Amino acid sequence: MKLEGKVWRYGDNIDTDVIIPARYLNSFDPAELATHCMEDIDTSFAKNVKAGDIMVGGRNFGCGSSREHAPVAIKAAGIPVIIAANFARIFYRNGINIGLPLLEIGSDVEKIKADDTLRVDASTGTIENLSTGDVFRAHPLPGFVQDIARAGGLINYIKEKK
Amino acid sequence: MGMNMTEKILAKHAGLESVRPGQLITCKLDMVLANDVTAPPSIKEFEKIGRPVFDRTKIALVPDHFTPNKDIKTAELTKTVRDFARKYDIVHYFEIGRVGIEHVILLEKGIVAPGMLTIGADSHTCTYGAVNGFSTGVGTTDLAVALATGEAWFKVPETIKVQLTGKKPGNINGKDVILTLIGMIGVDGALYKALEFAGEGVAELSMTDRFTISNMAIEAGGKNGIFPFDEKTKAYVEGRVTKAYEAVEPDVDAAYCRTVEINLSELRPVVAFPHLPGNTKRVEDIGEIRIDQVVIGSCTNGRIEDLEIAASIIKGHKIHPQVRCIVIPGSQQVYLEAMKEGLLEIFITAGAAVSTPTCGPCLGGYMGILGAGERCVSTTNRNFRGRMGHVDSEVYLAGPHVAAASAVLGKIATPEEVG
Repeated sequence: MKLEGKVWRYGDNIDTDVIIPARYLNSFDPAELATHCMEDIDTSFAKNVKAGDIMVGGRNFGCGSSREHAPVAIKAAGIPVIIAANFARIFYRNGINIGLPLLEIGSDVEKIKADDTLRVDASTGTIENLSTGDVFRAHPLPGFVQDIARAGGLINYIKEKK
Repeated sequence: MGMNMTEKILAKHAGLESVRPGQLITCKLDMVLANDVTAPPSIKEFEKIGRPVFDRTKIALVPDHFTPNKDIKTAELTKTVRDFARKYDIVHYFEIGRVGIEHVILLEKGIVAPGMLTIGADSHTCTYGAVNGFSTGVGTTDLAVALATGEAWFKVPETIKVQLTGKKPGNINGKDVILTLIGMIGVDGALYKALEFAGEGVAELSMTDRFTISNMAIEAGGKNGIFPFDEKTKAYVEGRVTKAYEAVEPDVDAAYCRTVEINLSELRPVVAFPHLPGNTKRVEDIGEIRIDQVVIGSCTNGRIEDLEIAASIIKGHKIHPQVRCIVIPGSQQVYLEAMKEGLLEIFITAGAAVSTPTCGPCLGGYMGILGAGERCVSTTNRNFRGRMGHVDSEVYLAGPHVAAASAVLGKIATPEEVG
């Protein structure tokens, strides 16, 4: 899966409460959640994000609540892949389970700035920063997790196995 | 090489002799939990799989986050859960009037037990490590698959040993221990890792202290936070857990990726500043910080011992005129005991509000939302930006002792300052 898009850059410890505040959790409609995504730290995101843009965070991205509404809101906003130094555990599972690739690149993430353009091959984990010429390689996913990603998420994976 | 407690529970539930950190395994689940926020999307995903539930006795559905229903959309969510529970005759479904906060009632009613493996679509599912179980939070899709298959995949985590030493002073409780630990290792200090508590200091901690500590393992990024089984655990589960259980203990040659020591005798009452649970400071060092609201409750500190601590400090005093103090017992049982012990009278005559059990304000649901610029001292577990309301409000996390003292004095305070 090859992707190319503009970067929305966020910092360390982006928690699921700012990704989608609990006041909107009385709905789980992806399109509705997307309209409030990131609004407590970035009111411009939901208004200006374009399908194919790429979200980049720092350390411990997605910490806090187990709400799958968080990666669902980001995906529904049009983001096809998230890159971070590393991800909080539950958010990481949730991303894989809904078929949203999450790439961990450690401190290399500091070489990606807001509005850079990235080209990402989610299956190999290769990330090219077209704005700077840097190339990064994400930590590879375990084979079984790649199978879930290929199936488009855990539900499809389980149905295929049945 | 031996195994630690987390590895032993995971190995047993994977049907393996032993497991090692990094290994990917599939485990059989003893209990699968969801609430009114997470069950409805899980049910929708579950229906795509096209199978019945794996075992109606091993599923717990606890509508606690926005209940009693805060609005029409919430009423629809809880109705989805109720209809599902009736359709599959789910044994552990709790209706309003009998419901409490999930991580309070599953322990209180003996639904979770030592050695058990539980997953829940709620990040604070890690609370059950306090009774020597393995439990961890998952999202909607993992939960949906678990409802259908009774299984989940795990990567065996590395384990950090938290060595507790020394005597615990009387004015210190579990919240001081866990906030101090998160302050030491950071909010990602245990990322992808297990926390295992050990040492002679464990015996110093009440079960309520341990519930608070295991509950907030996730706030250090932890997968779980497990305590050894001892006389206190045994006394707690006796009369609650009716089925056979098998407690685990670490092998003498078990492996740990890191050891962190906390000397309980050196602890002081602490508070975590906005907007991270690891921004821990000693209350005596912070100067005067005026507050608008205090919340005493939640899956972290909503048990009877927490209310007893708070009432012992508030008794004979009034809530500060500029403070709204909201007390939320964690379950109907806690509520009833608080009534019988006269705690509710202490809170109400002091000028505090007492609510029916709910997660409510902890996640900014309802029952105590903050406006712009307002500050709250809360016994809950997260102080992220906007967590309890307006994006420009502030949450300071503390134990019931500091929360109660702050409610009386109108500023963040230690119990000693109340006198």
